[in-house]
Amino acid sequence: MSTAHDTATDGAAAPEPTTGMGKAADYLDQRTSIGAAVKEFARKVFPDHWSFMLGEIALFSFVALIISGIFLTMFFEPSMELTEYHGEHPATATGQLMSVAYASTLEMSFEVRGGLLMRQLHHWSALIFMAAIVVHMMRVFFTGAFRKPRELNWLVGFTLLILGLAAGFSGYSLPDDVLSGNGLRITDGVVKSIPVIGSFMSYMIFGGEFPGEHIIPRLFTIHILIVPALIVALIALHLFLMVLHKHTQYPGGGRTDKNVVGYPALPVYVAKMTGNFFIIFGVLTLMGATMAINNVWNYGPYDPSPVSAGAQPDWYMLFLEGSLRLMPGPGFEWEIFGYTLSMNVLIPAVIVPGILFTFLIVYPFVEARVTGDKREHHVLDRPRNVPVRTALGVAFLSDFILLAAAGSNDLIATHFGMSINQITWAYRILFFVLPVVAFVVTKRICLGLQRKDRELVLHGHESGRVVRYANGEYIEVHTPLGDQERWLRVNYDAPAPLEIEPKMDARGVKRKGYGADKRWQSLSRFFYEDRVEPVTPAELAAAHSHGDHDAIEGGRHAAPAAVGSGRTDGTDSQEH
Amino acid sequence: MKALAARRHHRLAPVVLLLMALLVTGGIYAALAPTEAQAETVSTEDIETGKKLFQANCATCHGPNAEGTEGVPSLVGVGAAAVDFQVSTGRMPMQANGPQAMAKPPQFGPEQTAALAAYISSLGPGPAIPTDEQVDAELGDPANGMALFRTNCAMCHNAVGAGGALSEGKFAPSLFDTSERNIYQAMQTGPQSMPVFNDANITPDEKRDIIAFLVEQREGSAGGASLGSLGPVSEGVWAWVVGLGLLIGAAVWIGAKSS
Repeated sequence: MSTAHDTATDGAAAPEPTTGMGKAADYLDQRTSIGAAVKEFARKVFPDHWSFMLGEIALFSFVALIISGIFLTMFFEPSMELTEYHGEHPATATGQLMSVAYASTLEMSFEVRGGLLMRQLHHWSALIFMAAIVVHMMRVFFTGAFRKPRELNWLVGFTLLILGLAAGFSGYSLPDDVLSGNGLRITDGVVKSIPVIGSFMSYMIFGGEFPGEHIIPRLFTIHILIVPALIVALIALHLFLMVLHKHTQYPGGGRTDKNVVGYPALPVYVAKMTGNFFIIFGVLTLMGATMAINNVWNYGPYDPSPVSAGAQPDWYMLFLEGSLRLMPGPGFEWEIFGYTLSMNVLIPAVIVPGILFTFLIVYPFVEARVTGDKREHHVLDRPRNVPVRTALGVAFLSDFILLAAAGSNDLIATHFGMSINQITWAYRILFFVLPVVAFVVTKRICLGLQRKDRELVLHGHESGRVVRYANGEYIEVHTPLGDQERWLRVNYDAPAPLEIEPKMDARGVKRKGYGADKRWQSLSRFFYEDRVEPVTPAELAAAHSHGDHDAIEGGRHAAPAAVGSGRTDGTDSQEH
Repeated sequence: MKALAARRHHRLAPVVLLLMALLVTGGIYAALAPTEAQAETVSTEDIETGKKLFQANCATCHGPNAEGTEGVPSLVGVGAAAVDFQVSTGRMPMQANGPQAMAKPPQFGPEQTAALAAYISSLGPGPAIPTDEQVDAELGDPANGMALFRTNCAMCHNAVGAGGALSEGKFAPSLFDTSERNIYQAMQTGPQSMPVFNDANITPDEKRDIIAFLVEQREGSAGGASLGSLGPVSEGVWAWVVGLGLLIGAAVWIGAKSS
């Protein structure tokens, strides 16, 4: 309404645009009123920090994926028909029998100009896309950016992670080479391990017994249509919510939950984003041009019988591979009423990732519940200020990395001259021990850092200036913190465990829901029993009057009072 | 008289003719006879040298007459190929006990190795050292070699021969630097954990195809740096360290850039 009004008045008052650009913008604005939206966005303020660009890396590598993917779609034939390869390159494929999908992958790599570059660019972008998602997610987790009002956006992001895995897996399998076929065979085994319906589901997915003739065309549809469409839609939602909620900011002087301190999108962030886009595209292209990735002709056309040494999935699936490798085989497979229950596949391939993904989904809600926190948060946490969250994140991350290493156990064995059996046993034990150790150590480090902060706020920096008093006493002068430094260290919440209503109500009857409350309370204790409270203004004042206190003490011991007052003066002069 | 003179020979003519005939026959034989290079060079002298070398360097473990001791194999009947493989790659004499004998710079020169091989093959018949033609990668078919490698070798040696892990610290070595002759000998004799691929299992021509495939892998990848040809794990490491490392570095730089 007001926009249309503005345009009309502006049209009457403002001079006609003279430049070509101005005319085009005016033409567009008169027909779409886009000027208001541009104005709004151009003035939108974003906080400045490098870690806010991690999501951008994921976004822009996705753009690279789409562009290179469209190119590849032009040349790839998703068919499992058998054909004989007649190309000259690579020599190891000439005259071999293979699927059309594999043959078209070879042709696009060796016959199509720029084809191999595009394939490698696509694959590197996929690896970087997933890596950037994980790092971005870590940033969001450890800084508490998932708290109200962003819980739903966290879930959108989580779904994007799963879709990224689906995109990666479906694309990885398309060339129909031995390596990716091995991956499909594992998938088949995992699906078949699902009780009762497993074998039927496997038949449904593969259109008959593995490998069948349908899986490549089906994966192709998933890879180029369904998954990318969902990713694009969810990225739009993700960004829309980001704009709607406004961006979070790191704690610091003047930054509150009610403002955003930063720079306007135009020109600052538009310039930074554009620059970042070209850097990301450049790095990806450089990798695609100079580093070989997934040379499918090394593995040969798919044949269900061979498996080569060093057969692993791409890194983001490596934790599943590792979990399968760690699981002992015998002793976990039972036959019940004629159905086989393969716990040796179900546990590592379904339950272990299930635990990780469930943790990621429920964490924001659990934390809000045990904190009793219903406020909006726009200022991020420093990881040390929420020790149990940080420790839980590190614990899960340590197991994720451990499983990825377990998935590479054969390469670790050959490259570090170790026994694969010993590595596997060490990892089996560490799988249970490492997260506990990581949790305890991280929590202690966090609490230690908080205490150090407290110490610093109360007593200031060590200045290195040592002063000797007339009575021979030496002291080191401490410099009090600046306002910004102090703000950073005292402005955080250290919530106490939940308080719950008593077991009996006023009439002496057991209260309904007491049991659940009790359980939440014990979880809350787990989170917040150990905590370091931020320095209160009263404590700070007390610390600054330290000298006076000493003076009284000194007086009692009949030491010259001048020492105490002298020290107070020293502190004061530092402060002002 | 003239006729008589025309028929008259020098009295040494038959000897010259005989010598010429022998020379021609010998020349033709030399040209046409099947070359058994190894058989020709073996002499009693070599065998004697070999025996001395053996007794000085190998007999401690393999026994004074190569009959083997407890836990150490007998070498009677292993053939010259096995000796040449083990000694020329430095695996024997073994440096230290471990999960498997490690390759190292060879301790003996080619002549000494040949003498050892001659001595061992004199103890009992076994596979001979392959000829240069048998291991000539130029004559092999890499496509067939790849198919054979995939079904017979890749499960231990990796898809392109980059090596792989076996149980208890043993491993299948990388084949990128192994000589063609040694690859052939390994298939023929099955050193350590490796099974024997005899000529009925993989024919000599097929062995040469496999060599052709492996030699082709040494030219590197069409896609750029091969990153060790180790597959997705090394690709993942490079993506995280180089790719994401550069990008995060760039993000820090952009973030630090004054606005």
